[in-house]
Amino acid sequence: MIEFRVNGAAQRLDVEADMPLLWVIREHLNLPGTKFGCGIGQCGACTVHLDGEAVRACITPASAAAGRAVTTIEGLADSGERHPLQTAWIDEQVPQCGYCQSGQIMAAAALLAKTPHPDDASIDAAMRGNICRCGTYARIRRAIKRVAGPPPASGGENGA
Amino acid sequence: MARKRRSAIGRWSRRAIITAGVMTGGALVVGVAVRPGHRAPRLRPLVEEDDEALLNAWVKIGLDNTVTAIVPHAEMGQGVHSALAQMLADELDADWSQVRVMEAPAHPEYANYALGRGYLLGEAQVPALLVDTVDGGFLKLSQAMDLQITGGSLSVRATGTHAMRVAGAAARDMLIRAAAAEWIVPKDEIRATASRLAHSPSEREAPFAAFAAAAARLSPPFQPRLKTPADFKLMGSSVARQDIPAKVDGSAVFGMDVDPALPDMPRMRVATVRACPVFQGKVGEVEDADALALPGVERVVRLGDAVAVVGRGYWHASRGLAALKIRWDVGDHGQIEQHDVFAAFDAALAEGGAEVEVAVGDAETALAGAATKVEATYRVPFLAHAAMEPLNCVAWVRGGVCDVWTGSQNPLGLRAAVADALSLDERAVTIHNTYLGGAFGRRASYDYALQAVRVAKAAGVPVKLVWSREEDIAQDKYRPACVSQFSGGLDASGRPVAWRNRYVNKHEPAAAPHIPYDIANQRIEHASSPTHVPFGVWRSVDHSQHGFFTECFIDELAAAAGQDPYRFRRDLLRHSPRHLRVLDAAAEAADWDAPVPAGRGRGIALVESFGTVVAEVIEVAVADGRARAVQVTCAVDAGFAVNPAGLVAQMESGIVYGLSAALHGEVTITEGRVRQSNFHDYPVMRIDEMPRIETIIVNGGGPLGGGGEPGTPPAAPALANAVFAATGVRVRELPLGKHPLRAGARA
Repeated sequence: MIEFRVNGAAQRLDVEADMPLLWVIREHLNLPGTKFGCGIGQCGACTVHLDGEAVRACITPASAAAGRAVTTIEGLADSGERHPLQTAWIDEQVPQCGYCQSGQIMAAAALLAKTPHPDDASIDAAMRGNICRCGTYARIRRAIKRVAGPPPASGGENGA
Repeated sequence: MARKRRSAIGRWSRRAIITAGVMTGGALVVGVAVRPGHRAPRLRPLVEEDDEALLNAWVKIGLDNTVTAIVPHAEMGQGVHSALAQMLADELDADWSQVRVMEAPAHPEYANYALGRGYLLGEAQVPALLVDTVDGGFLKLSQAMDLQITGGSLSVRATGTHAMRVAGAAARDMLIRAAAAEWIVPKDEIRATASRLAHSPSEREAPFAAFAAAAARLSPPFQPRLKTPADFKLMGSSVARQDIPAKVDGSAVFGMDVDPALPDMPRMRVATVRACPVFQGKVGEVEDADALALPGVERVVRLGDAVAVVGRGYWHASRGLAALKIRWDVGDHGQIEQHDVFAAFDAALAEGGAEVEVAVGDAETALAGAATKVEATYRVPFLAHAAMEPLNCVAWVRGGVCDVWTGSQNPLGLRAAVADALSLDERAVTIHNTYLGGAFGRRASYDYALQAVRVAKAAGVPVKLVWSREEDIAQDKYRPACVSQFSGGLDASGRPVAWRNRYVNKHEPAAAPHIPYDIANQRIEHASSPTHVPFGVWRSVDHSQHGFFTECFIDELAAAAGQDPYRFRRDLLRHSPRHLRVLDAAAEAADWDAPVPAGRGRGIALVESFGTVVAEVIEVAVADGRARAVQVTCAVDAGFAVNPAGLVAQMESGIVYGLSAALHGEVTITEGRVRQSNFHDYPVMRIDEMPRIETIIVNGGGPLGGGGEPGTPPAAPALANAVFAATGVRVRELPLGKHPLRAGARA
């Protein structure tokens, strides 16, 4: 039995301790916005927040979430209002196939929570774990910057 | 049948038929059928009869004045749903804010076959032509009606041009005639704007919906008048894609996310599968006691060449699969190594008997007399598609019927294949198509879905089959490896006079190895060297390798002539203003003649594919033996950009896909199987390698070209040519990452 909070709601689930959090979220909590992409933490499609930190749910055992707070893409919006990144993602028309974008947005949200005005290097470092096969990277950068504005010290340049 | 008398069927041109009908409650529905002969020849085998008319587009005008575009193509990221609706809505003069794209599987009313069928047929007042198609398993109005292949960059240029626009124009014409009859005014005095009709002299105005029922009783126009570009309101504008909001909040439903709820449906199980890692091998013995003893593991299904484990969820099935002890009968291919594949290619090329596909002038004599002769051999590896969504499919087989939920590029073909695999009538098979989490050609094959229906049949309950990423990489349908040999000859002035090319294994499109350049003597031929590695269509198909080969070799000729590679191409394109214009647009925007810093270089490439001409200039920076694309400047002529922002996005996507393969992509064969398994050993481009990309749209005004694929072919050669400019090293084998580079080195 594992107790934790998901998108603000308390959950008490009878799942194996070593089942990856990804499958707990998708198959037991019916929150399919978090995607399966590689199963080994290489692609980032399964990115969720665990106590605010971006983690790969496909390699995070359910037991690691015990007593903690999980946020998925379904819970990112605040009381029905889109998260600013979700709005920026629409404004920049980022998604193509869209499959990786939940993970991209969750990774970007974790970055901005810690580093509100990231430079390009910080964006690359935070986002390089998230693969997009449609090649939307330039738009992802733009959408993040649209929310963050320029870094306080200098204006980043190579962001396409 | 009685329905037929109620139908109003008009003819439009020799190749299309327009039909119209009224639905329960009075909604107008207009369909356009295009005869299969209209399409690419390779699609014909999918059609039952030569002259059979198949509907491939509909528009529905509801009582609430919403316009629903029913589109026959799968949405896999290319924005086709919105682009097609845009074409229809423009001809209809519809209010874009009231236009919906029908995505049948995601629509609650369509989750159920009976409901959906009833909804569409209403009181059976839909024309017979439509009824037959609908009855055929409700087969997805959304996708289908027609050949419904999403591939070959065909959606906008074929369906959009020949069906969506016609349907919109026909519906508009009928609405206007209905209004003219009711208002008793000349139809020419009625204007359609934003889903409303107005007659200024009598100051009357009403929404489309007011005339929908009356319009449905009129004969469709024989040949509706289509707008000229000067009258376009939506076509040519960058309207936002309609699928994007659902793709930022996790609500978009991909095949992976399907959890269907048909009446009396048992709880769905999840399965995963492993096929014999050596292609064409079989399952020998399976010891499954350990697997079946695991909690949540319910069943092991032997499929001949694969074994599936069915469990409560993916995790259980996956653990069960890992616990199986499988002995494979690998057959005759278990010793094949990658070098054997290339050795066989080389041998096939060395033998005579290649098939000649281009013979212009006399290449042999011209080569013999050339002042300078250049020879080069290029090779490229097998490639996997590696779309983000691992392959998956939900199937429920019971009582002589089968429902399938998946993202397919070819749902109509899939339906036939499923019916065949289950020995069912096609009408007993319903395909519910979903969003595709990327595909790039992979989901034009049915293998994964046929596994799912066989597992579901054995299990007797609905089953979602999910492939691991490892299975996805190991059991792909691969972009073929290829070897291509060139000989070129220059005359004393440096002008090319001979082009001889011989390569292995021709697929499609037939023109992929052909060059646009004016070279008087050409001989292009191909040998055959079959491999046991399954072939697949991979974004741009044969253009993906031949674009690299031909555009690098023309660059080699330019270098041998001591000429600038852009101007060298330019001189050979004087007969083709379209290519010239695109080439110039890219060179100019890239500031081709501006000097680059040390360690950098610029390369250029030009490829026409799927009716679209694309030129790319890539600037690379070489450091620590590694090349990095810094800037890509792309010029594209797709005839006319229906949605310019969408075309730009497709160019960016195609470029990244091409660069990703050129820099990193390589599937190698060892012991008859694929060595790579996941993104750690099949790396793809990540955000920190992303170049700046600038795209210039050249609206050349010719027939519409494709958008999804043409951005890919020029990327690899422009990159390799840039590496040459930066380092003097000719890259003749991909991926580039294999070869340590040195800035300033000379070949």
